[in-house]
Amino acid sequence: MNTLWTVIAALLAVASLLSMVRLLLGPSILDRALSVDVLLASALVGLGAYAALHRDPTVLPTLMVLSLVGFVATISIAKFVARRPEEHVATPTDVVHPVPGAPSADEEGGRP
Amino acid sequence: MSDQLVTVLDWIAILCLLAGALLSVVAAVGLIRFPDLLSRMHTAAKPQVLGMLLVLVGIGLRLAPVEETNVFNVGTLLLVGLFQVVTIPVAGHIAARVGYRTGRIREDLLVRDDLAERLARKREEDSARRAE
Repeated sequence: MNTLWTVIAALLAVASLLSMVRLLLGPSILDRALSVDVLLASALVGLGAYAALHRDPTVLPTLMVLSLVGFVATISIAKFVARRPEEHVATPTDVVHPVPGAPSADEEGGRP
Repeated sequence: MSDQLVTVLDWIAILCLLAGALLSVVAAVGLIRFPDLLSRMHTAAKPQVLGMLLVLVGIGLRLAPVEETNVFNVGTLLLVGLFQVVTIPVAGHIAARVGYRTGRIREDLLVRDDLAERLARKREEDSARRAE
């Protein structure tokens, strides 16, 4: 059973390292936000593994707080991206969909 | 609780935790290998929902022999699971929407783009209305 705990720790380490690679490479800020989300999920799994290994329920409130903080982080990064049309890289998509933030007629229910 | 039952519960719990950790690795590998934002979001949601729920089940089974705080543990675990299941789809939807609207996705990888058709139709209707 001890081996399995070690395997869990090693898997989580690999997952964190790989998502940090994406955090460094990520072409856009949304990719980075996504890799931070995966990093946070690994941290949550790690905290849960700690709680399970030591039969220690004191870290459970931390799990709750972290899950909510991750949600708020993703939403605020998305809002931040949506408000900055000037840093926007032009792609063929623009012809069909205008940049949000610029006043336009086809906003479906306002900004995201 | 008898010792045998505790051992069986421990094994089930550790298998759940192992599956959760494996899903984390799968998501990280997907983050590295997949080509654009939307397909990366597809793998990234796996450890956040399924992996988290498996880990919570594992913690619950491991903590079951600890008698004195059982009610609070189960309540906290249920709340964490509920928050994850409710918030992750919302966050994913908003991130994908912003990515689409700001042109951060790769058009050449899309098989079918219903939203573009809808937006184009809406724009035509709007310009027709403005012309009247």
